Amino acid sequence: MKRTFLILASNPMSLIGLILIGVVVFSAVFADFIAPFPEHRGAVVDFTNFNQPPHWPNIFGTDLVGRDLFSRILYAYRISLMLGVVVLAIAVPIGVTIGLAAGYLGGWVDFVLMRLTDVFLSIPPLVLAMAIMGVLEPTLTNGMLAVTAMWWPWYARLVYNVTRSEAQEGYVLAAQIIGASRLHIMFMEILPNCVPSVVTKMTLDLGFVILIASSLSFLGLGVQAPTPDLGSMVAEGGNYLPDSWWLTVFPSLAILIAVFGFNLVGDALRQVLGSDQ
Amino acid sequence: MTALLDIRDLTLSFRGFEGENRVLHGISLNVARGEKVALVGESGSGKSVTARIILGLLQEQRSTRVSGAVEFDGRDLEAMPAKARHRLRGTDISMIFQDPTSSLNPVYPIDVQFHEVLKRRDPKITRAAARERASEALRDVSIEDAKRVLDSYSFQLSGGMNQRVMIAMALANEPKLLIADEPGTALDVTVQAQTLHLMRDLVERKHTSVLFISHNLGVVREFADRVYVIYKGNIVEEGPTHALFSDPGHAYTRALMAAVPKITGGGIPEIPDRSESFSEPIVVHPATEASS
Amino acid sequence: MSAVDQATPVLDVRNVSKTFISGEHRVKALESVSLKVMRGQCLAVVGESGSGKSTLANLLLGIHQPTTGDLYLDGNLLPGHRTLPLRRMIQLVQQNPLSSLNPRRTVGASLRLALDVHDIGDRQGRKERVGALLEEVGLPSDFAARYPAALSGGQRQRVAVARALACEPEIVVLDEPTSALDVLVQARVLRMLDELRRRRDLTYVFITHDLGVVRNIADRVAVFEKGKLVEESDTETIFINPENPYTRRLISAIPIVSDEEETLRRSLMEETNDS
Repeated sequence: MKRTFLILASNPMSLIGLILIGVVVFSAVFADFIAPFPEHRGAVVDFTNFNQPPHWPNIFGTDLVGRDLFSRILYAYRISLMLGVVVLAIAVPIGVTIGLAAGYLGGWVDFVLMRLTDVFLSIPPLVLAMAIMGVLEPTLTNGMLAVTAMWWPWYARLVYNVTRSEAQEGYVLAAQIIGASRLHIMFMEILPNCVPSVVTKMTLDLGFVILIASSLSFLGLGVQAPTPDLGSMVAEGGNYLPDSWWLTVFPSLAILIAVFGFNLVGDALRQVLGSDQ
Repeated sequence: MTALLDIRDLTLSFRGFEGENRVLHGISLNVARGEKVALVGESGSGKSVTARIILGLLQEQRSTRVSGAVEFDGRDLEAMPAKARHRLRGTDISMIFQDPTSSLNPVYPIDVQFHEVLKRRDPKITRAAARERASEALRDVSIEDAKRVLDSYSFQLSGGMNQRVMIAMALANEPKLLIADEPGTALDVTVQAQTLHLMRDLVERKHTSVLFISHNLGVVREFADRVYVIYKGNIVEEGPTHALFSDPGHAYTRALMAAVPKITGGGIPEIPDRSESFSEPIVVHPATEASS
Repeated sequence: MSAVDQATPVLDVRNVSKTFISGEHRVKALESVSLKVMRGQCLAVVGESGSGKSTLANLLLGIHQPTTGDLYLDGNLLPGHRTLPLRRMIQLVQQNPLSSLNPRRTVGASLRLALDVHDIGDRQGRKERVGALLEEVGLPSDFAARYPAALSGGQRQRVAVARALACEPEIVVLDEPTSALDVLVQARVLRMLDELRRRRDLTYVFITHDLGVVRNIADRVAVFEKGKLVEESDTETIFINPENPYTRRLISAIPIVSDEEETLRRSLMEETNDS
């Protein structure tokens, strides 16, 4: 773990990624202390100072009802990150368990679980999420549910493939001959060997979850006003381009920074952990 | 007569996170024209990196540092530009690896791969001419139905057959030096013994020099004219095969010989874990000096 | 131990065949093989790829079931589905120690598994037992905290042997246990295996293609060719007077280092040419 971190920090690209992630996480966690106008995350109206370009103290400018854009972006990061973490915290265990069971047990378990996975994978993710959001109410909880439903199959596929190849390894045979249970072999022997691939994918996915959640809110299906959300900020600001450019540019940059950071680190992790195996 | 391959005081270090790691501590060895020389050592002794240096593969990596002289056919390999070194590979120097089946490309039939090999020497050779040459080369390694083999893919042939194909390919361009890195270790013992005999007869007929790399003294005994024993990046003993086997001078060579289980019995010898005597200076059997 | 126990073979393979069916193809991997192994013996199973020696190992370990024929352990029929105590009796040491140890679990965890599964010793006792097992195979007990990547090839193979011993088996199937090792390391590991067998009164089924190794460790030798048992006798006889031409070919293919061996080999080859 420490060695992995040192290698990441010694490579310029992944170092940039680590710094970007650091900035995003720091902003989200300490939004209450950094934000110059913490109250602007909610329904606040200030018509004396609305739709202003960047100026002191509103360094990113203000939105159409006079709220500080910089403060709102910090809080939006908090929502995005929470969304990403919650989605992965649900999707990864489901996908990993299904992939392990299908890959190790084989037979009809494999058939049933992997065809189910294929069904989910065959529906375009955004369409699936939109369908779920259309049926249910567009709330944050349902947003997470929708994104989770489209995310777990990727982990099932990934872990399935790793499990299939790990099951051929001598250590699995050794555990079988000792008489270890299937549960032990799946979760104690094979699972630790899936961790590098899963962690790598999770890092890459945090960026993508933020992106897809933003896309959903961009389409008006995600987080609802007045909760700050990067996607809806971009969507809303898009109507006022190019005059009120700050309304779109700063939230877009914020998305870019988060997605780019997670991708750089994810790619580097893939190389470092991949060569370990 | 000058040696075909002459390595003098060769050192190699790898640069890593924990500083420099020296792998070769100034080894010297030579191979005369038409001579079969074996380099024997355990894994990590430096025998395989030596082969890679001769092929010019390590010099091009940034993390390595090589010093000393490697002369091939009277030319200094170290002073040679990378492009010229590249031209030597597959023409004047060729190589055979451990696992024949994985060294052949499963996507192309054998005759296409032969064509590629022959193009290294003669870029304009036609497919038909290459096929003709390939058939001859396969007959040299006692493959009678060359036509069938040339139309096959490597996975359709047995391990022993692939090994013969590899030998035929390696010798197709009439190289001056053949480097054989643990050839056939992945094969069954009887097949391995058979292909080694075949390879020995063929290189003797073609007068090709061979550098044979192995971890097993027993394997090289029947093959090589002369043997070098390498231990932790130092040559510890060299000499004509017969002299070295009948009177091993270095403690490490003696341990290696004792460790090979004997078919005449006698139980498993006790081998000390680490011995000071393994680091004693090189033992040279006299007859080698006459040949250089 | 009673007199009856001494006379009963610990392992008795009676007329066992194994046929694999894949689609249209039927591959006879093993054809009517009968073998007996006495307690404390080392039986070498010799052959090349496709000889059926690995299939035999898989049948002994219960990974596959024989198509026809039966296996007896201590005179009792081995059932198709083996209970835990029965599985414990026959353990395996694999060829490649790099793959046979889980790279993401410590040596101690790998050894503990056997003790946990078979409920050997109590919590504190198991920790001590792991240390004792490591010492028994010639490794320091603090290796328990290490990962396989921090061990050399020979050390890994010693751990694999310790893991097999942790089950307290009667029979250990050794599947080419030293062919991935350097010669010096091979000699040390073989010596350790030989001492362990004597000390623990273990029975070995030693699968190998290297007759040089066989000569120095086995009591009996069974030579397999294309799924058939072509020759079986005690080790001395096999090397002094091999009856089967394939056995002779195998002997003559062994790398040798001394003139003495050369003489023996030449005499064998001449007999082959005569017949």
